[in-house]
Amino acid sequence: MHSARRTRSTGARGALLPLLSAVPFAGILGGVFFANRVTPYVLGMPFLLFWMVLWLVLGSVVTGVVYRLDPSNREPAEAEEAGP
Amino acid sequence: MTALAVIAAFLLLAVGLGLRARRGKDMDLEQWSVGGRGFGSVFVFLLLAGEIYTTFTLLGASGWAYGKGGPAFYVLAYASLAYAISYWLLPVVWRFAKEHRLLSQSDFFARKFDSPALGALVALVGVVAMVPYLVLQLTGLGIIVSTASYGHISPHTAVVIGTVALTGYVTISGIHGAAWTAVVKDVLILGVVVFLGIYLPLHYSGGIGRMFHAIDAARPGFLTLPHQGLSPWWFVSTVLLSALGFYMWPHTFSATFSARDPSVFRRNAVVLPLYQLILLFVFFAGFAAVIAVPGLKGADGDLSLLKVTVKSFDPWFVGVVGGAGLLTALVPGSLLLMTSATCLARNVLLPLRPGTDERTAGRLAKLLVPLLAALALVFTFNGGSTIVNLLLMGYALVTQLFPALLFALAARRSVTKQGAAAGIVAGVTTVAATTLAHTTVGGLLPFLPQAVKDVNIGVIALLVNTVVLLAVSAVTRPSAVAAAVPAAGDAG
Repeated sequence: MHSARRTRSTGARGALLPLLSAVPFAGILGGVFFANRVTPYVLGMPFLLFWMVLWLVLGSVVTGVVYRLDPSNREPAEAEEAGP
Repeated sequence: MTALAVIAAFLLLAVGLGLRARRGKDMDLEQWSVGGRGFGSVFVFLLLAGEIYTTFTLLGASGWAYGKGGPAFYVLAYASLAYAISYWLLPVVWRFAKEHRLLSQSDFFARKFDSPALGALVALVGVVAMVPYLVLQLTGLGIIVSTASYGHISPHTAVVIGTVALTGYVTISGIHGAAWTAVVKDVLILGVVVFLGIYLPLHYSGGIGRMFHAIDAARPGFLTLPHQGLSPWWFVSTVLLSALGFYMWPHTFSATFSARDPSVFRRNAVVLPLYQLILLFVFFAGFAAVIAVPGLKGADGDLSLLKVTVKSFDPWFVGVVGGAGLLTALVPGSLLLMTSATCLARNVLLPLRPGTDERTAGRLAKLLVPLLAALALVFTFNGGSTIVNLLLMGYALVTQLFPALLFALAARRSVTKQGAAAGIVAGVTTVAATTLAHTTVGGLLPFLPQAVKDVNIGVIALLVNTVVLLAVSAVTRPSAVAAAVPAAGDAG
């Protein structure tokens, strides 16, 4: 978290990206209270199982988006270590 | 005997790969334990994946799906969150480790807090937490060898054979062998698990959807979380605990040091959750076993995947499944053993005898491998817990290192080494006391609302840990914080 905050030119995005990373936490930890049911079956799976599988995939998608937006992945690896 | 012969062939293959990986390398401690810090994305991916897809995945997850139903789904949830955390956490950890040429998790804490004593404490906690994890692998090895022998080899003998194989393997190959065997293991496990997860429901129920309908009709509520006990509150606290603890395992923590650059972790954080989908097929196989081989109680639920395999296939295929299982125990088991031994030698014993050099530590580490294996063997014989419960115990212990790490990285100046140590001790004591007394939050404080009673004890311990950490830090903080400034600057 430190590096995201300190890397130059991140600005508002620096705070936004960890927030985006937190979305799967809401989906899984908050969602379980609503998804704890058998029906409807989705793809043959009871709903609770489907919900967890869905967030597994969405977790990867969200991290993929974070990766694309994160400026530290555009600079060469060495530049990050230089700091401001 | 066909099944056993096939399994033995897999063991030979693993040892062969270990020997090959070793050739031509001067195995000093850095080579043996972090591969000279030169591994790229693919290798680190395989090493980390190698630690994730363990006996726990194969036998434990299917065993819990078989024995508990819905609560087993927590296994799918926590790794996904752990990877999201790893995206931010691991690059910071890696950079500090590389800068200071650190070899272990204990080194990390020792350097961050400028206290070898704290490093020794962290090493001890790590080793203690790894014991149930190692016991889990040995239990799995015992189940595999014993089941594949169709009852000719008793589970006890099987565990001994497995332990000897594991010890020999670690001594020979170190981390290079683990990485190469992980390649073979992952290909094999992928094939076996996907096949079983599709074939078994088709064979016994006519499809995955039909299987779940049949289970739900026979046992209403089995496919969801119950209102009490393993309730949604248990689920949330356990997922959170496991996600925070995921990279706190000493072997996982130090395996990240073997990466070439930090972007390795960011890429892996995107891909690894999808890799976790394999678990879905493990669940399918476990639920198919509910229909095909009913009646296994308690810890015997861990046998369900192999029992259903034996019932459904020829011995040679039982051997292939058993061989995959053997590798899932061997790779993580070897990393656990190697890391425990290195931690004990370098971070606990070495500081006691100043002036000992790294080479002596390396020799000592290799001597400790069979001793630790023997210790785990004793615990395995006295066991009786399910594989998942063993892992949960380990997680509750190892996650106690998380608050100190978080503060060390994000707000180094607000914590002192005394605070970090006191927090860790308080957290571990809370876990150990409740585990040894076989009690839960509900058992200790029966007047609490049900939601709080169901909370995983590890999370309560984590709160105790954090409160003690902050309180003791507030008391022990020196008025001049000058000494802490350089350490804090290192985090970026």
